[in-house]
Amino acid sequence: MSGFYEISEKDKGELVVHFNGRMDIESSTSILDELHSMIAQKSPALLAVNLENVTYFDDFGALVLIELKNAMTTRDSGFKIIGTQGRTKDLLSLVDFDAFEKCLLAERKRSENIIVSLGAETLTQVSNLRFLVSFVGSVFLSFLHVFRHPKSLRVNDTIACMEKTGVNALPIVGMTSFLLGLVIAFMSSLQLQQFGANIYVASLVAVAMVSELGPIMTAIVVAGRSGSAFAAEIGTMKISEEIDALVAMGFNPTLFIVVPKIIASVIVVPMLTLFADLFAVAGGLVVGVFLLDLTANAYISQTLKALTLFEVCWGMLKSVVFALLIVWIGCLRGFQTRGGADAVGNSATSAVVSSIFLIILFDSIFAVVRSFW
Amino acid sequence: MEKQKTIRVTNLSARYDEEVILEDISLDVYKGEILVILGGSGCGKSTLLKHMVGLSEPFAGQVYIDDVDITSCNDQDFRSTLRKIGVLFQGSALFGSMTISENVALPITEYSTLSKDSINNLVRMKLCMVDLAGYEHYLPSELSGGMKKRAGLARALALNPKILFLDEPTAGLDPVMSAEIDELIVKLNKSIGTTIVIVTHELDSIFSVAQRVIMLDKQTKGIIAQGDPKYLKEHSQNRVVRQFFNRSAKSE
Repeated sequence: MSGFYEISEKDKGELVVHFNGRMDIESSTSILDELHSMIAQKSPALLAVNLENVTYFDDFGALVLIELKNAMTTRDSGFKIIGTQGRTKDLLSLVDFDAFEKCLLAERKRSENIIVSLGAETLTQVSNLRFLVSFVGSVFLSFLHVFRHPKSLRVNDTIACMEKTGVNALPIVGMTSFLLGLVIAFMSSLQLQQFGANIYVASLVAVAMVSELGPIMTAIVVAGRSGSAFAAEIGTMKISEEIDALVAMGFNPTLFIVVPKIIASVIVVPMLTLFADLFAVAGGLVVGVFLLDLTANAYISQTLKALTLFEVCWGMLKSVVFALLIVWIGCLRGFQTRGGADAVGNSATSAVVSSIFLIILFDSIFAVVRSFW
Repeated sequence: MEKQKTIRVTNLSARYDEEVILEDISLDVYKGEILVILGGSGCGKSTLLKHMVGLSEPFAGQVYIDDVDITSCNDQDFRSTLRKIGVLFQGSALFGSMTISENVALPITEYSTLSKDSINNLVRMKLCMVDLAGYEHYLPSELSGGMKKRAGLARALALNPKILFLDEPTAGLDPVMSAEIDELIVKLNKSIGTTIVIVTHELDSIFSVAQRVIMLDKQTKGIIAQGDPKYLKEHSQNRVVRQFFNRSAKSE
């Protein structure tokens, strides 16, 4: 028994618990544990609690009393508090015992009906869909507005965004593409060497990178770098009421935030793709010259022979579409953010995941379109 | 008998980079008192509070809580000191991913071994104290600013700390609610003897709760007055102090 109380037994199953010292966070746990098992063991008809010698009493103490009382009333047994004169009275009067008790009764529960939650979920999905459509519409209208009033475009924001999305992404895009070119050249050379067709390594790297991997790799890097940043930035603006402030000042948030990002991305992502292609060819060239005994001249002329202008334009077209997808999803997720810090995190994650999925989906669509050209 | 000093701040200077916020401040907080730190906007009230809680490292000077220098003590001492204090932040700082009851329950589950049911009961009692009963399952983002403030207060009170730091507890609350919170503060102080340090510039609150005030000033970057607010209002020699308490404009 912990030294926080003493028990004396009166006649006819009446127990008196004399508490002494502090009834606080330290003592309440052991008091509760011990007294609960004591009540279960002895099942007294009446439990009296003597608070005469209590020196400190806060809501942890009140909790003890309330729980003891509940335990006794559920057993149809009596409960009373004694020894509340003098100093203890002051302590008790300041901890509003009755109010706490009322409070515990007044618990409201939210309904967890399956049909209700199904309906609620459906409604959320519908409103999300509606938001998605209206967002596309508002972007479209904002662009019309910019065409009619070119001065309404926030040029400085656009340029800053181009720097962030484009220039700052160049090292990582260049690096990944260079390594990718290296790997493609190396792997394909293992097969092509058997046929003495080393020179076709150049064509393979060029075609694969320019029409497929260049746009995709660039888009994925940009989605990871900038798509998530767009979502997080707009999401934070949303939850800290900055978007509301823009609306209240008469700005169109789409025009203010989204349009500069779209313009910037549509310009820089194809440029990044071009760089990605160049770096990949350079990677292939390194393998060609150092492992396959090709001359740099031969490699480059074979590369140029393999590529057509159409191929290059096709790649650029793809990356423009990918850029649009990244900005669209990033900004959409940002505007859909509701709640707190974790909601911003979810938006950023969702932006990256959705845009990578859409990039690959649209790439497949492009492939199908091209095969039926 | 000399009053016991719970917090001692000695020669504290605070800077953000090059900007000097507080210069050479010394003050004591006595055991069981309600001290209000006040002053105009930007005079460093919240900065002082952050230093007293040990969240910011001072440029110079020491802060002692129960004779432990929290600016230089080891990690273990710092932790055990933190156990004695509760803080209500200016923006409530509730965790957005947790419901109100989870927010309040967090320190209780961490520092006590009460059963789950008991913790639930206790959380409800805490929420009841700040008049938020029935909002257990709400997320902070679903509450109004004043409700968040009260939920933050409930969380600060969760462990019945010995020292309570409140950063603008009544800002953004309606007058009735403010009065209730003031009453709660006084009640806590009386019943369980909590030492309370409040940062505020709500005059009504100051007059109803403060036993002593310390006034900071932006120009001197230090304390320009301390004592009983009612006395300062009438008799302070300093014009800035009188203006503050009488709500009059500078040009006067």
